[in-house]
Amino acid sequence: MRDITYAQAINEAMSEEMRKDDSIIFLGEDIGVYGGAFGVSRGMIEEFGEERVRDTPISELAITGAAAGAAMNGLRPIVEIMFSDFMTLAMEQLVNQAAKNRFQFGGQGSVPMVLRAPGGSGTGAAEQHSQSLEAWVAHVPGLKVVIPSTPYDAKGLLKSAIRDNNPVVFLEQKLLYRVKGPVPEIEDDYSIPLGVADVKREGKDLTIITYGRMVPRCLTVAERFAEAKEADIEVIDIRTLVPLDKKALIDSAKKTGRVLVVHEACQTGGFGGEIVSTIVESDAFFYLDAPVKRLGGLDVPIPYNPQLEAQVVPTEEKITAALRELL
Amino acid sequence: MKLPKAVHKELYYKMLLTREFEQTAAKLFIQGKVHGTAHFCIGEEATGVGVCSALEKEDLITQTHRGHNQGIGKNMDINRMMAEFLGKETGYCKGKGGCMHIADFSVGSLGANGVVAGGMPIATGAALAQKYRKSEHITVCFFGDGAANEGAFHESLNLASVWKLPVLFVCTNNQYGMSTSIKKSMNIEDISIRATSYGIKGIALDGNDVVNIYQETKKAKEHVKEHGPMLMVLNTYRWMGHSKSDAQLYRTKEEVEQWKEQCPIKRHRAYLLENGIFTEKELDAVQQEAADAVRAAVEFAENSPEPKIENIFDDVYAD
Ligand SMILES: Cc1ncc(C[n+]2csc(CCOP(=O)(O)OP(=O)(O)O)c2C)c(N)n1
Ligand SMILES: [Mg+2]
Repeated sequence: MRDITYAQAINEAMSEEMRKDDSIIFLGEDIGVYGGAFGVSRGMIEEFGEERVRDTPISELAITGAAAGAAMNGLRPIVEIMFSDFMTLAMEQLVNQAAKNRFQFGGQGSVPMVLRAPGGSGTGAAEQHSQSLEAWVAHVPGLKVVIPSTPYDAKGLLKSAIRDNNPVVFLEQKLLYRVKGPVPEIEDDYSIPLGVADVKREGKDLTIITYGRMVPRCLTVAERFAEAKEADIEVIDIRTLVPLDKKALIDSAKKTGRVLVVHEACQTGGFGGEIVSTIVESDAFFYLDAPVKRLGGLDVPIPYNPQLEAQVVPTEEKITAALRELL
Repeated sequence: MKLPKAVHKELYYKMLLTREFEQTAAKLFIQGKVHGTAHFCIGEEATGVGVCSALEKEDLITQTHRGHNQGIGKNMDINRMMAEFLGKETGYCKGKGGCMHIADFSVGSLGANGVVAGGMPIATGAALAQKYRKSEHITVCFFGDGAANEGAFHESLNLASVWKLPVLFVCTNNQYGMSTSIKKSMNIEDISIRATSYGIKGIALDGNDVVNIYQETKKAKEHVKEHGPMLMVLNTYRWMGHSKSDAQLYRTKEEVEQWKEQCPIKRHRAYLLENGIFTEKELDAVQQEAADAVRAAVEFAENSPEPKIENIFDDVYAD
């Protein structure tokens, strides 16, 4: 193992798969010599050339659709959308075309593509560059949805996403790009299957179910509770929203009897509601010692002012308070 | 360039097959045998038939919602088309797509589209794959005059032109997008001039002259292989309403009648007779053949099983 950043892990996953499979091409705005808006693809155009690492015009709809068309015709494209907010411009091709293709044509073809896009607040980029829109895409049958929280998961999950025969929306977390973590050596070709949650911390008193950049934050809070001998908290990282590892969530809820769901996205209509329903509709309901609680972002756009920005998503304080309510 | 007799027969037969198919489909609606809607291309048969007949099997197409002529042109099986129209298990999409979503990957159709201009980025990507794989084949992207005002049109033509992709953009200009005349939706009369903005070649053709469309498509294919995308506008007219329900208050009967005089099938027939390529009797036989094929397709479709709800989750995801 060595420590690399989340961004580097993503770069390695793409590069290693591209070395092995020449049907993989990579499309996006400024992904070439510029290296992508967040530097994720640095060095890739030098290695793979302009045919495979293609700088595109600023045309989110066309590049997403072109990826779908190329996927229907034998390639395995990866698309980088500069900010996940701009999925809104690509939505038609993603939702009506890529996601529907196989079903609506009676199983004739498939659309093996990955749409990578960074989401989340915390960079001062304000309303139009900070959203967490995962619930939008998780709502669409035909799409798979992944949000990794560590370099290890990012690399392993992206490899699976690239090898998957379906359109996969791979949502990266801007604030995690520079975070380092242990990842196996390059020669060690590991992958992480989509649809398997990960217990990031074992505990017996309460389960936090979360994903993305809220994972490290919840872990910090859980450690504090352990140090203070206040509670032993389990932290589950769902890692993929679709497919969802329902069993892992239900089993943990049964074990601890108390559940807090945390995500950065606005609470109303957020994926947390889906997680809560998964638990309360199952037999875990009979094991619960407290109501299942959600802690999402406030139902407001992400504001610019840094103090405001920090306050509209679950903070350590808010998570702590929510835990105390449940314990 | 004189066309071989067999090509003339193919063009004539496919146009008749399209018309027969749609007239029959329209009757099935009236009889209450079909739910949903359909968009008929009667009057526009020469466009899809002329273009697709000039292609090879490995050339790809993306179709519009008004694309029976395109599918038949590309040699789709009308039994499975009709079965899909009736929502049957044996249909091209196992009854899940309906006639707005007919596709046959095996003959090079990447499918019709329910979203105006929805196929344009897809065609661009299919051509990207062709170029990447150094294929000798091209992709033809059908779209309407209405679609030419969508953002997808601009993004796709621009992307295809900067990457010099082998895609032929074919605009079926039937003068209207639903009720809206192109006079109200664009400030130009000749849509092909938009090609200039992308630095590509654009041509406008009589969309009811199947022979010329066939010949121009052959040339366009060579152009596209060598120079990248091209815009070909086929000016034609839709005889029927936009879809099942359309009172057609936005146009006059006289206008429709004038265009009916330009019937692409009648014109081709006259050409074939004048040039002594076929006799009346031979052409009547072709017509009979088309009618018989459509009758058989209806029989096939009506005798086919309904899809089962147990299979509803099939094909949401690929393995
Ligand atoms: C994005 C989108 N907007 C609107 C519609 C509804 N609609 C279906 S066909 C059509 C007209 C399209 O006009 P044109 O592209 O000229 O094709 P035509 O129907 O004339 O063949 C409209 C508005 C749609 N299907 N998709
Ligand atoms: Mg039109």
